[in-house]
Parts: sequence; C-alpha cells; structure tokens
Amino acid sequence: MNAHDSALHTSGDVLAAGSELLRVDNVTLRFGGVTAIEDVSFDILKGEVRAIIGPNGAGKTSMLNVINGFYHPQEGTIAFRGEKRSKMKPYEAAASGIARTFQNVALFHGMSTLDNIMSGRSLKMRQSFLAQMFYYGPARDEEIEHRRRVEEIIDFLEIAHIRRQPVGKLPYGLQKRVELGRALALEPDLLLLDEPMAGMNLEEKEDMSRFIIDVNQQFGTTIALIEHDMGVVMDLADRVVVLDYGKKIADGMPEEVQSNQDVIDAYLGVPH
Amino acid sequence: MTASSDGLDTFPKYLLHNAEKFGDRPAMRHKDFGIWQTWTWAQMLEEVRAYSLGLQKIGLKRGDKVAVVGSNRPALYWSFAAVQALGGVPIPVYADSVAEEMVYVLQHAEVRLAVVQDQEQVDKLLSIKDDLPKLETIIYDWERGLGDYEEPFLHHMQGLQKTGRDMLAQDEQVGAGWVEEINKGKGEDLSVMLYTSGTTGKPKGVMLSYDNLVISSRNANKFDGFDENDEIIAYLPLAWVGDHIFSYGQSMTAGYCVCCPESPDTVTENRREIAPTYFFAPPRVFEGLLTDITVRMEDASALKQKMFRYFLDVANRVGEKILNKESVSLKDGLLYRLGDFLVYGPLKNRLGMTRMKVGYTAGEAIGPEIFRFYRSLGLNLKQLYGQTEASVYVTAQPDGEISAETVGTPSPDVEIDIADNGEVLYRSPGVFMGYYKNKKATDETKTKDGWVKTGDAGFLDQNGHLRIIDRAKDVGKLNNGSMFPPKYIENKLKFFPNIKEAVAIGDGRDYTTVMLNIDLQPVANWAERNNIAYASYQELANHPQVYAMMADHVDQVNQDLASEERVAGAQIHRFLVLHKELDADDGELTRTMKVRRSLINERYDPLIDALYDGSTEKYVETEVVFEDGRKGSISATVKIEDAKVYADDALKEAAE
Repeated sequence: MNAHDSALHTSGDVLAAGSELLRVDNVTLRFGGVTAIEDVSFDILKGEVRAIIGPNGAGKTSMLNVINGFYHPQEGTIAFRGEKRSKMKPYEAAASGIARTFQNVALFHGMSTLDNIMSGRSLKMRQSFLAQMFYYGPARDEEIEHRRRVEEIIDFLEIAHIRRQPVGKLPYGLQKRVELGRALALEPDLLLLDEPMAGMNLEEKEDMSRFIIDVNQQFGTTIALIEHDMGVVMDLADRVVVLDYGKKIADGMPEEVQSNQDVIDAYLGVPH
Repeated sequence: MTASSDGLDTFPKYLLHNAEKFGDRPAMRHKDFGIWQTWTWAQMLEEVRAYSLGLQKIGLKRGDKVAVVGSNRPALYWSFAAVQALGGVPIPVYADSVAEEMVYVLQHAEVRLAVVQDQEQVDKLLSIKDDLPKLETIIYDWERGLGDYEEPFLHHMQGLQKTGRDMLAQDEQVGAGWVEEINKGKGEDLSVMLYTSGTTGKPKGVMLSYDNLVISSRNANKFDGFDENDEIIAYLPLAWVGDHIFSYGQSMTAGYCVCCPESPDTVTENRREIAPTYFFAPPRVFEGLLTDITVRMEDASALKQKMFRYFLDVANRVGEKILNKESVSLKDGLLYRLGDFLVYGPLKNRLGMTRMKVGYTAGEAIGPEIFRFYRSLGLNLKQLYGQTEASVYVTAQPDGEISAETVGTPSPDVEIDIADNGEVLYRSPGVFMGYYKNKKATDETKTKDGWVKTGDAGFLDQNGHLRIIDRAKDVGKLNNGSMFPPKYIENKLKFFPNIKEAVAIGDGRDYTTVMLNIDLQPVANWAERNNIAYASYQELANHPQVYAMMADHVDQVNQDLASEERVAGAQIHRFLVLHKELDADDGELTRTMKVRRSLINERYDPLIDALYDGSTEKYVETEVVFEDGRKGSISATVKIEDAKVYADDALKEAAE
C-alpha cells in the first residue's frame, strides 16, 4: 500500500552521509561589466539542507544556475561528487543527479500534473523513440515502471486529486508542489529549490516545509534551498550561506548566521 | 432481540463466513498510486488476521477500548474487525477534531490503544498524551514522515501484520486459537462506541451491541435488496454511525464491496470510476452536485444547453412517474428514452450514479426541487430518518412511496409512537445499550420498556409515513392550542429561492406571523428583468411588487400547511419583509447561519408588536455592526401585510 515511499529513492549512492557532495571553489560570474558572483566558495554535504540566503540581487539564483550548468563561471571550479567540471550543459547536470525548481514556476501549463511529472522521468527512459511510439513490449514495461514511480511521488505529495488537471489552472501553491514533484521524478542526489515558498500563504508554506523535510529525511536527498522567509530557513536548514552583492559574507549554522552583524547589516541596510 | 439463527451474531464471525462463502469476490477496494487495488474476502481475512494477531502480541485484551482516527482507508476498517476479533471495542473518532476535543473522548472512553491514519494524527495524539495516562500504544497506517519518531509505543500497522504472519508461520495452532477468540464473542457484547457530537454539552458515548448492528444491517439489506454484488463508496466520517452501518455493518452482513477513495479530495472522481450501486449523502452533497452541473452547463455550447433544458423539462414532467412505474403517454415515454440516451445517461455517468440502485439522503430537510431533479433522472433517491441511538434506521421510504416531505414508514422491526407533546418515539432491535458511563442521560432518553425519545417532533400522515417537523424543544403552542413548529414553517419558506431567511413567531400568541429576508441575488435579477428600479436593499425589500411576490409565497405555504392536519393551525396570518439582512456580525445568526431566536425577538420587539396590534406599517431604527466593528443604524418604515388563511376540514368541523 504505502510502504513504497521508502523504496522511491534507489540512487544506490556510494557517498556516505556527511561527505562532500558538491564543492564550489572561488567562483566568479560576470555578465559584461556586472559581476554577479565574486569569488564565492562553499560546499554542500551529502544529506544536508543547505540554505542560500541574501537580499535581492545578491546572486542567489545565479549561484543555482552556475551549479546546474546553466551559467558558466569565468573563474573558479565546481566539483560534484569529487569530479571537477568547468563547462557543463544543464541536461548533463540533470543526468548526473542535479534537479531543480524555479523561482517562477516553469511547468508545461497545458499539460496535466501527471504528464508534467512524467516529463521529469524522460532522462531515465531507455527505450528508443520508435519503440516508444509503438508502445509494445519493453517500451510499455518501461513506461509502466516510470508511471509507478510517478504515482509514488503523487501519493507522497498528496496531489492525487489534481492528477488529470492541466497545471495552468491550478492555484500557485499547488503548481509549486507539482514542480517539486517533477524535480523528484529525476530521483536527484542534489535538489536545488529556488524560493519554493515565494508567494505562498502560511498554510501552504507549512505544507511545503513538511514536504521538504520529508524528502530530505525519507529519501536522503541533499537539498540546496534559496529562501527569503527567515523563519523557514531557520527551521529547515542545517547550514546557511549568505550572499550579498555577489560576495559570500557568512557561512555557518542558522543561529550563527542570524546573529552575524554583517548579515544583519546586509538585510537591514547600514547608513553610508 | 434474538441472535440470528445461523450463529452469525458478530462481525468477525461474518468475516470468517464471507471469506468462505465469497472467497474470490471483492470485499474492499482502495485507490492507491492511481490504481484501484482490490482485496477479496479471503485476502481481507488474511490481512485482518495478521493484524489482529499483531495486536494480540502487543497486548490487546478482551474489553480494551481502541480509538480509530482517520479517513476512510482499508487499514482503519480492518482495525474494527481486528480489534473486535479479540473482544476489543473500537471507538472511531472524528479525524478533524482538534486535540482538545479529542482529549475528552479518549479520556472518557478510557482507550488503551489508538489506531491512527498518519503523521498528522500521531502528532495530535502525542501532543495530548500527557492528559491520557491510560493510552499506552499508538498504531499508524501511513508511515510518511514518521521514520525518525523514536517513541517506543509507536507501531506501524504493517509491522504488526508482519509479526502476526510470523506467528502464523511458526505455529499452526495460532490461527485456530484466533478463531477460538472470535467464537467467544456473543451477540449481546458491546460492539462499538460512537460519540455523538452533541450540539449541547459534552459528547456522549453511544454503546451499540453486535445484536443492534447485525440485526439492523440485515434488515436494511433485506429492505433494499443488497447482496454481495453491490458496491459502495466509503467517504463519510468513520465516527458517524451511518458510515459504520453502510461501510462496515451492511458490507459484512451482505458481503458487498466497500471502496475507499484515493483521498478526501478525489471522492467525486472516484465515485464516477466505481459507480456505486448504493449511495448515501446528506442533502448538501446533492445540492452541491446540482450546482456543479448547472454551472458547467452555462459554459456548454448553445446546442447542448438547449438539449439539456428540453430533456430536463421532459424528465420533470414524466421522470418521476416512470420511476414510480405509473403509465405515461407513448410520446413522453419515447422522449424520455431518447433523453436518457442523450442527456440523463451521460449526466448520471458524470455523477457516478449510473449503477445506483438506491440512494439515500438524511440528516436535514432536502429541497423538494433538488429531490425531484434526481428522481426525474430515474435515480431512486429516497429519504430515511435515523439516529446513532437506533443503529441508524428508524424510518425509510419503501420503493415507489416517495415524497420530499416525509421520511418514510418505520423500518423493519421498528415500532413508532408519537408522544403527547408531538415527540417521535421508537423501539427496535437496533436501540442502543446506553450511554457509556452516563446513566442519567440514558434514563432520560430511553424508557424502561425500551422506547427511545428522538428529540424530534413529528407525526404519521394518513399513509403511515413519518413527517418530521422540528426539534421537539423548539415546537411551541399557539393560544388556541394548535401546534407551532417554527423551523418547519421557516424551511417551507426558505425553499423559495427568493427568500433567504425567515423567522416564524407564534409560541404563546394568538396566531403565527413571519418576518422575511429576501435573497438579494435572485430578487435583484427578477427586478432587472421586470424593469423595477431600486437604489438599495432596503428599497427593494420594501417594494410593493416584492411584497406581492412574498405574499404569493406565503400563500403557497399556507395552502401547504392547510393540507396537513397537524400543522394547519399554524398558518401564517401576517408577515413583513425586514429592511435589513439578518447577519452573523450583528449576532442575529450563528456563524453556521442558524437563526438566533431569542436575540431577534428582543431586537425586533417593536416590529413583532406591530405584527400583533393590527397596524399596517411601523417605523423602526436598528443598530448594525459593520465588518470593521464600527456601529451605525438603519431606519425604515416597514410595511405589514395580512395573508390569506385557509380552513382545513378539521378546523371547519371544530368551528361548527
């Protein structure tokens, strides 16, 4: 019945919890004359919830884009599972186990919840296009297997009631949940969440927080989280890195960061 | 109250019996991971047995009370049987009750174990555990989020099943021992305790025996002809007696299949997929479905709308006659069949009622129009009247004897009597054993010779059908001795779409009067269509043509009342239309939109006086509270009109 949840994640990971999953070294990213990220280094450990916070324009989303290969930094290196890489395409990042959600929901609006989440499994499909077209034998077995995984995610996120609805018609909070579902369909090792609670009301935030905790604990998925709501960050994150104007100004436990004078200044502003 | 002759006097015995007799037939379905998963009776017995043995292992003993909290999931229904097999007593609790409400019930029932659905309920119980010293063990069904809970008294239901299966594998005698435990159960044993929500005071634990439930369930199955081929969707709260009878008692005794929806949000969709043959819903569900259809039809193409309206008219004209097997003209008969193909069939499919043999509604009065709508589509929708204390069935409408106003004839083995004050009394094999640890309340409700007071006033009409009028304590008397049932009159008025609220006055007075509230939306619509100009609610309410419309409605109600001997004396003599809407912000209505009689009587005292002193209009000032809490006042001159009163035969005779 529902014992399958724990079987959902079968990444067969060799990395032990607590070891380094991703390392960002001295990364600098420029757009023409604008420096979006300047000499930032930090690491993400296997199994943790790592929050990236900072005021508007601090370079948080750029940082995520660098991690999943959408932007290529001019300087510095990124090592995922110990492998250094300089230029990587987003789909290669996805194939290597990095999934993400977006600040502004980026779903296929005309497609149903089910199809959207199924699309998250496309990287895992092994059968040829032709075989899938004819939908026979192995292609069908494969599809059934994928569908089973997707149904587990639907069950996990409690979105069974919107399975067949086009996502464009859903309320914002649910769209965010569908997007999380699509990212989970990839069975990622590292899940990047870009403001998963932006624009949500308190109840939706509480629901989403619970899902994030459950994903982290039950599947052991490592999570990098950008979030503005400090209450959420303090509750969810194991460690926090703070960016301001593209620079790292703090890195540590939530309580440490919260009482760091630089962070307080960055958020509240200081007289010049 | 005799136990059944075939020795099947408890539900666990029925489970053994069904696994034997209907082994390969479906007993339960649950939509999970997008697919309907099915358990046959034999499989269900295996699940329940393993679970029950697991419970035995962790110390469940005969007589233990076990709370069951959650929505309609197979594991929770299995909990009933697994607990009962060992002689325990399940106590289903409303899953949406907050922690503080739950404390009372769990304390009062002295539960030792609790079976709950998920993390949410586990958290709730953990938060009140300190107040529940007797609660030793919590068992959960859905483990999501519970992985890192370390409390030693928490058990996963599937873990218990594994324990049970291991026990069976190691020792063959275990299974036989379990059956022995079941055979120790007797019909007169306590089967279940259901706490009634109780509008006043603390909830009371209604104790029902196996005899109560088994006999009532068997009678109900016989009455409507249910057998192992039927199917039902379980979606109402487990703690409600109706669900316990429909989804557990009747299923066990008839052997029909119970389908659990995927989640509470998918009930409508799941119902369409299953198309149950037996369906129960309170009136508001039928209302909601109808509104849904109407709204969707507005968006349909012109052709479809036209077709829909045309065939609905046909159905309106002849549908009920066809359902009652009366004769109709050949043309109408053919048209109805065409309509069934084009409109009613697809519509019923949408509603998930294609295979519905019997549908019941109960709980409150259903609007005659809504009732007629479903029946005209050829759906056998009926009304019943029941109570927790009666194991549901007091009266039910037999096929072909249907009306929106009555609740039917006494159910099999039920005796009905009407007390001098109009209160309905009944006596049946389903009558409860008593309230748990509350002898005083038991004695107040149940007489020595087994009659139970319903608290509702009603009467039997000339065809022997029961009509419920009102709560007995609300029913008053006019000065001439006639019965005055305020809610009955108000409901009749409120079934007119133009009337939003009605307050009837008459207890201890010479005649009945009413104060009405128009429903702005339909009345404004009507005004627009008829070129009636108005500037405010107040002006519209006071408009002569609106008064004429209201007079018409009042007149119809009076005709209605005159045709019913017992309430003919309560016809409306005078009425007025209030200059403001009754509002919860002003305290005139409760938050659930029920009229607060005493406050209204006080507040509109001048108007009430005017209703009885013969004046035709009255100037009043009323204080109002705005949503932000500021206060203001509304003044108006309210007109008062007389209504035509009809004489019924009984009254005429009295006058002669």
